[in-house]
Amino acid sequence: MFGLEKKDTTLLILVAILTMAAPFILNPFPEGSGLAQFNAGYPDLMQRFVIFGIFAIGFNILFGLTGYLSFGHAAFLGVGSYSAVWMFKLLSMNIIPAIILSVIISGLFALVIGYVSLRRTGIYFSILTLAFAQMSFALAYSVLTPITNGETGLQLTLDDPRILGASATADGSIPVTNLFGLEMRSAFDLAVGPWTFTFSAGYYVCAVIMLLAFYLSIRIFRSPFGLMLRAIKSNQTRMNYTGLNPKPYTLAAFVISGMYAGLAGGLMASMDPLAGAERMQWTASGEVVLMTILGGAGTLIGPVLGAGAIKYMENIFSKINDNVLHGWFSFMPDGIENFMVAIVHPFVGKGWHLTLGIIFMLVVTFLPGGLVEGGQRVGKALRRNKDEDSKNASTEPAE
Amino acid sequence: MDAFLLQILNGLDKGSAYALIALGLTLIFGTLGVVNFAHGALFMIGAFCSVTLQRLLNLSSETIDPTKTDFLGNPLKVKTPYVESWFGPELGGTIIEWSVPLAILFAIPVMLFIGYAMERGLIKHFYKRPHADQILVTFGLAIVLQEIIKAVFGANPIQTPAPDALSGVVEVLPGIVYPAWRVVNFCFSLVVIAGVFAFLQFTTFGMVVRAGMADRETVGLLGIDIDKRFTAMFGLAAAVAGLAGVMYGPINAPNYHMGMDFLVLSFVVVVVGGMGSLPGAVAAGFLLGVLESLASLEVVISAIPGINQIIIYLVAIVILLTRPRGLMGRKGVME
Repeated sequence: MFGLEKKDTTLLILVAILTMAAPFILNPFPEGSGLAQFNAGYPDLMQRFVIFGIFAIGFNILFGLTGYLSFGHAAFLGVGSYSAVWMFKLLSMNIIPAIILSVIISGLFALVIGYVSLRRTGIYFSILTLAFAQMSFALAYSVLTPITNGETGLQLTLDDPRILGASATADGSIPVTNLFGLEMRSAFDLAVGPWTFTFSAGYYVCAVIMLLAFYLSIRIFRSPFGLMLRAIKSNQTRMNYTGLNPKPYTLAAFVISGMYAGLAGGLMASMDPLAGAERMQWTASGEVVLMTILGGAGTLIGPVLGAGAIKYMENIFSKINDNVLHGWFSFMPDGIENFMVAIVHPFVGKGWHLTLGIIFMLVVTFLPGGLVEGGQRVGKALRRNKDEDSKNASTEPAE
Repeated sequence: MDAFLLQILNGLDKGSAYALIALGLTLIFGTLGVVNFAHGALFMIGAFCSVTLQRLLNLSSETIDPTKTDFLGNPLKVKTPYVESWFGPELGGTIIEWSVPLAILFAIPVMLFIGYAMERGLIKHFYKRPHADQILVTFGLAIVLQEIIKAVFGANPIQTPAPDALSGVVEVLPGIVYPAWRVVNFCFSLVVIAGVFAFLQFTTFGMVVRAGMADRETVGLLGIDIDKRFTAMFGLAAAVAGLAGVMYGPINAPNYHMGMDFLVLSFVVVVVGGMGSLPGAVAAGFLLGVLESLASLEVVISAIPGINQIIIYLVAIVILLTRPRGLMGRKGVME
């Protein structure tokens, strides 16, 4: 189906079902129960899942296929955000032109940076992309203030022209982003017993776009072009000797992944129309590297899983404070309770980055293939057990 | 003219931190072939060594002075640091005041140990893995170290003042006064750099290390345990970064993310200097420091706005594209 093999179709359909049913799946605990804080089914967080999923899918096309480790990808996300907000300011609040512009602009930006950076490989490439991203960040903060609005960040105002829309709504407020009239902010609450499920228009728009992006990435992975990119990763020298010039392929991969990042940035601005320079800082680039590695670089589903896992932990872990911890350990005697809280305390709340760093180190050291490889190993182990069981079962009667 | 000279001094001062960190990075890269993204964290830990020492020296015993009262009318609590009660108020006070220079002595063994533990515990397992994996695991380690420091010392910068005798200004050139501590910092870094080069150049140990950098296998075949010496070099590199951190404390109050701030720049410095070239790293450190400061001159900024923010990256890009091996890079390193 859709020009995919059976395995890939299954994967795509599975992802589609999961994203469409996300408001249910991510809200397993009834409201008011002690576990409700682990719910992730609110629109803001779900939007971030899919948007960073898109960002990581794009990064994976570059890093996972060609092995070029870019440490400056957040720059494209930032550029995408800025162009989307400018579109909202100048043209209309419809998100389609904004997203199209952000993809185009970040693609051009990636073309320029990629053309220069890809003249070098390995660590030099990483440093070059890092240098470009830091340059864009520094410029966005200082000289480009007329375009980026500096430290405050680019925001919508009431006196923006908005040629195809209204500068202000009838009641004098800033209009909200929409898709042909469907407001991104609108949501529909469904209450079933103690559960409340929120279906947000913004989330579903993002989810559909992510599915398209995911489908496109499967097609790229399975295409001759994708095969060429893998060849570059495994042995670039040999490719040169066979008379192929890898440069156009890597450049294409770089631009595609920059456009994915721009798409993510544009969506981010569409959900919440503001853009700031901190989105371009190199720590933001580091984050997408973490996501891709954690999920499994070079696999189809890995980056999405990694993005989801990191964004989920960021939100849930940082919400756990000492009171919550005391609640958990309250069944223990007082002394032990305080001791346990003291031990867990540095890893949650504001210290959740520590947990992230430790998990990341463990993954890189022991599980270079990320969560996907972990899943495969567990699956293999289970299957082996089953095989042994069936073998035992078959030998039993012979006794 | 004065402004020009002052900016050159600023640049040399900033450059000395870049040069020390880049020197350590290059040492690690040249010996072990590992790209260490956690090197900035080592710089930061060095700075926090002096914070720790300062806190240790200020541990106090509390006594109640019944003759005086504080502003609430309660008997006044007098805090006497143990150091003062042991050595008498004068010597004790001096020791506390000189805590930053003393931290140099404190930081060396601590950093040597941390470097040793890092190499044996983690980096050792990554020699055979691709460079990307090394970058990633050390990046993770940098996050962990940074967060541990944040959990222990908090997120706010902590002042580590220089001793009074060195916190004034001195007249370096006729008519140009400059903060004394920055001069000390610059001279100290020159001493450290000279020390490292002398160690590599004039000792048998250093000679073996240089031989190992040139051809690890042959040195191994000669029956020398080169791995052990390279581990020691990792410790040395950590100590150099730590010393840079200690000395930088009085200039900029240590905070938990200072390592990351310096890391990006030091990598640029290493690449500009040439991967694997020690003199290149030092030269590029000072060069970029001076260039960055000169770009902040009033004249330059008004001519090209924003240039001071990006000059380092701009230089790095130009150098990487025109001289791919950096200023003094050797052939065959990382190609």
